[in-house]
Amino acid sequence: MNIHEYQAKQLFRQFSVPTPQGDVATTPQQASDIAQNLGGEAWVVKAQIHAGARGKAGGVKVANNLAEVAEFSAKLLGSHLVTHQTDSKGLPVNAVLVEEVSAIKNEFYLSLLIDREAERLIFMASAAGGMDIEAVAAQTPEKIVRVAVHPAAGLQPYQGRLLAAALGLGKEQQPQLQTILSGIYQLFLSKDATQIEINPLIETEQGQLLALDAKINFDDNAIAAHADIAAFRDMEQEDPKEAEAKNFDLNYITLGGNIGCMVNGAGLAMATMDMVKLKGGAPANFLDVGGGTNKDKVKEAFKLILADGTVKAVLVNIFGGIVQCDVIAAGILAAVAEMHLLIPVVVRLEGTNAEQGRAMLNQSGLGLIAADDLNSAAEQAVALAEAA
Amino acid sequence: MSILIDRHTRLICQGFTGKQGTFHSQQALAYGTQLVGGVTPGRGGSLHLDLPVFDTVQQAVNATAATASMIYVPPFFAADAILEAVDAGIALIVCITEGIPVLDMLRVKAAMQGSRSLLIGPNCPGIITPGQCKIGIMPGHIHTVGKIGIVSRSGTLTYEAVHQTTRQQLGQSTCVGIGGDPIRGMNFIDVLSRFQEDEQTQGIVMVGEIGGNDEERAAEFIKTQVSKPVVGYIAGLTAPSGKRMGHAGAIVTGGLGTAAGKVAALKAAGVEMVNSPSDIGLAMRGCFAD
Repeated sequence: MNIHEYQAKQLFRQFSVPTPQGDVATTPQQASDIAQNLGGEAWVVKAQIHAGARGKAGGVKVANNLAEVAEFSAKLLGSHLVTHQTDSKGLPVNAVLVEEVSAIKNEFYLSLLIDREAERLIFMASAAGGMDIEAVAAQTPEKIVRVAVHPAAGLQPYQGRLLAAALGLGKEQQPQLQTILSGIYQLFLSKDATQIEINPLIETEQGQLLALDAKINFDDNAIAAHADIAAFRDMEQEDPKEAEAKNFDLNYITLGGNIGCMVNGAGLAMATMDMVKLKGGAPANFLDVGGGTNKDKVKEAFKLILADGTVKAVLVNIFGGIVQCDVIAAGILAAVAEMHLLIPVVVRLEGTNAEQGRAMLNQSGLGLIAADDLNSAAEQAVALAEAA
Repeated sequence: MSILIDRHTRLICQGFTGKQGTFHSQQALAYGTQLVGGVTPGRGGSLHLDLPVFDTVQQAVNATAATASMIYVPPFFAADAILEAVDAGIALIVCITEGIPVLDMLRVKAAMQGSRSLLIGPNCPGIITPGQCKIGIMPGHIHTVGKIGIVSRSGTLTYEAVHQTTRQQLGQSTCVGIGGDPIRGMNFIDVLSRFQEDEQTQGIVMVGEIGGNDEERAAEFIKTQVSKPVVGYIAGLTAPSGKRMGHAGAIVTGGLGTAAGKVAALKAAGVEMVNSPSDIGLAMRGCFAD
């Protein structure tokens, strides 16, 4: 789960990670009030969306007087911000973060994440801060230093010294870095994060280290254990279909094509969208309806797939194992009969009692097309979508 | 022969009296698996499915000489269940549970270092040696005794491979679902090395998916250590970057873990890669053409 920058910075302050002074606003008036209370002569107004690359997209502005704070906030609030990390519709800006301007002397990159291969938490740091770290990793990997933490021993002071040396920090900044490392390590473990990124971490002209930006992802599997993190969820930043699917225990991801896919099992669901593409079509979605498919789940899945009217054909791909194909076919037929579908539905059933299941579909009179294997099912779905 | 389990494997079930534990214990018994008891804290001393229930895994091991355990407990209790099995000296632990927090698995794996226990899963269908022993949620009756070893990160894609190798009259030696989580127990290489050693296994099906670099590491291993024919399939060629495709471990990040990269690595290692999971059986059959 993603959260906003201002929420991440609230967590940072709870864990003794210093951030610039600031607060979040949902109206231009609030924004200029915050700026006035902060004092100073310039402020940064930052659009709060669940995507990066906001600066280049015009989502981060420096205001030189209170009127500008209100003006920039008015422009951003209620708009949709399109960055190269969002789709073409962008994400709604419902809040802005107003912060004091920091005098930057140096910019660094710092993150903590899970290294799957090493099975460790790993700090990544680079003196090339403020840049796209993936580009740094690709072009100049030697500029990134990695420090893995053993889960039993925890973060050690020498590891902080290693990272400080890699960043070229001065004596006064080293203890500050230790505090920051210890803070994000504790935050990561106690809240089940999967990634914490500070890009940039800055050294101010006054010699203070500050988290100028903050990005935290949390483990969906652990959210139920953290009510405070769950409360940070912002449904408006999520794809509405993906959010709706979660309510029905369905795994749904929007892909943008016109062939709806309904599949049991995550691996088979990926394979199905791959096949649609391979046959020259474009999958509308990834959808795993789970192992024990029944009528109600199939109905909810059809509703999701058909909701926005872009889907021209549906491909259902089910491997019947413990739940047998004839039982699954009955569920599909009941759902289709109740929903009065107007678009073609190709169904590929395989596994236990597949022949009975296919016969039921063919004899139903509901216009369902039973396919023998995944290759021909994908071909038929693509052809039907093109003809529509 | 087979790998990891056979008709003599003595199995217990953790989460025995729960809905999932009960259903899949019944299925295991019906398949002929030697399920010798189960564990549900607080229910020790009772009988369930005519088998003894114990409060702890240690008690179950002492009373039944079990060497394997299958775990069907809810996600927040699964790390505890795995480590309890490790502590009781269970040789093979199969954790079916989906949705375990990844940091729990990170701690479990660190705590397992130096132990002799093997872990399969979590978030997996389990392991089966056809005709002998079924530990997991796979439908037993689609399997036939035969010569193909199957290892996969995906449940339903494993069933596809099983179904097709059955139809091609090749059958299976042992099928291992290693699971869809980013941090898990046995990996491709752990299973591939055992298939290579196993006399019954004459060909191998390997099913991978996006995320991580386990397939790439497996490719390096296959290149030098596996002489048996391997047919491979990778799911997720069209998966968008940064999105988790159902499985917690199925995600492309920063251009790493792509299906294209994995396919290329496996091809370079001499694995026969298929574009469609429907072609797995035929491709495997082709490896044995006279």
